[in-house]
Amino acid sequence: MIVVEDIHKSFGEQHVLKGITTTFEKGKTNLIIGQSGSGKTVFLKCLLGLLIPEEGTISFDGRKTHELDKNGQRQLRSEIGMVFQGSALFDSMTVEENVKFPLEMFTDKTEEEILERVNFVLNRVNLAGANDKYPSEISGGMAKRVAIARAIVNKPKYLFCDEPNSGLDPKTATVIDNLIHEITVEYDITTVINSHDMNSVMEIGDKIVFLKLGDKAWEGSKDTIFTTENEAIVDFVYSSNLFKKVREAQRKGL
Amino acid sequence: MVKYIENIGRYFIMLSQVFRKPQKKKIFTRTFWREIDDLVLSSFGIVAFISFFVGGVVVIQMALNLENPLIPRTLIGYATRESLVLEFSPTLISIILAGKVGSYITSSIGAMRVTEQIDALAVMGVNSLNHLVLPKIIATVLLYPFLIIFSMFLGIIGGYVAGNLTGLVSSQDFIDGIHKYVVNFHFYYALIKTAVFAFVIATIPAFYGYYVKGGSLEVGRASTKAVVWTSVVIILLNYILTQLLLS
Repeated sequence: MIVVEDIHKSFGEQHVLKGITTTFEKGKTNLIIGQSGSGKTVFLKCLLGLLIPEEGTISFDGRKTHELDKNGQRQLRSEIGMVFQGSALFDSMTVEENVKFPLEMFTDKTEEEILERVNFVLNRVNLAGANDKYPSEISGGMAKRVAIARAIVNKPKYLFCDEPNSGLDPKTATVIDNLIHEITVEYDITTVINSHDMNSVMEIGDKIVFLKLGDKAWEGSKDTIFTTENEAIVDFVYSSNLFKKVREAQRKGL
Repeated sequence: MVKYIENIGRYFIMLSQVFRKPQKKKIFTRTFWREIDDLVLSSFGIVAFISFFVGGVVVIQMALNLENPLIPRTLIGYATRESLVLEFSPTLISIILAGKVGSYITSSIGAMRVTEQIDALAVMGVNSLNHLVLPKIIATVLLYPFLIIFSMFLGIIGGYVAGNLTGLVSSQDFIDGIHKYVVNFHFYYALIKTAVFAFVIATIPAFYGYYVKGGSLEVGRASTKAVVWTSVVIILLNYILTQLLLS
């Protein structure tokens, strides 16, 4: 479980995060949603430790990040898996070498054990046989799956995903969403996804935190997002004609 | 001015992160061998080509400018050797390598930065500067001196061939000249210079690549800046080292 308490982050005069407090539970897919410029990426970077908030605390299962010494930080990082928006695969390495990398870097497993684990996770993300391909030789959807495989290969406790669906067609996006959700439940990990894709919200939003201009404007789940009367979230969710029609139909009881 | 001072400060902070114990020996060794291939072995061809022809040109120019019968012809071989050993091979080849290898280092690290590969390393808990830059430094500092010895050798061969082909200097005179007044320290001086320049060639482009912001256009700009500043620093250090070691 990740507990965030009153975090603030500014860049010069610009106050980007204005005191966000929330909890991300274990075994659930937690979504951070909001418009572009709402502070989602900065929030995610603060959770990952790539940015340090000026105020507030972030705790990973009781471990407050600002109180950790170097060993503690290293330990925590080894428990984190991350799927970047652009996949961020190492382009000079094959799919297999990409997935192997965290194991070679942080474990003392033998070559056989590493290969066994790599093949297991590649199989889990339906990429068996793609071991020798380079990132430039695979599609965007495959690259996302390789990124997921690399993120989970070292059995993380926390999985972070930055817009895992961006640039993917709706069908592939749904496959990726479901894969992340299945992995979250299967490995009982705390997953935090940064997204502005309403399909993801509907598919896998066990918990949703809605940010608006650096503030937490609403939080709930996929079951409550369409029934809430919170103006900020209504304005965001029903910004497309499709969802406006859905809301209209709901109101009419259809 | 403040920006330049800031950059110098960041460069030294970067170095403090680079010189750490590698996190995994096996990965470091593998990266080190790859860097030898990318940064050193791939440069042998261009170094050989340039050194051979420049050696030839030096001999022809030297012969044409030393037509006085009072000046012994052996001086041509001697002067060619000294020009190659003292200046051409260590300094000019280093500047050529700053262009070839420097732009490669900046663009490869810069591309990793803009495609979030460096962020991916950071999230995993990898010291990205140590992982990416230290193998480059060690590969260049250890092996560029051999590249420069190779350049000196081929430059002299080029001079010998050109002297023979043009008939401007006989083989015997050239070889006698090459053996005249040998000062061993001149070779050490050249190799010390090369090691220092190799360090500069590995670190300044890495600095520009690592801290690049933006997209592919900025990576291109950073690459150009890196080559310019690496060349400037090599020229300045050449002056300082010559003053310190030879005067």
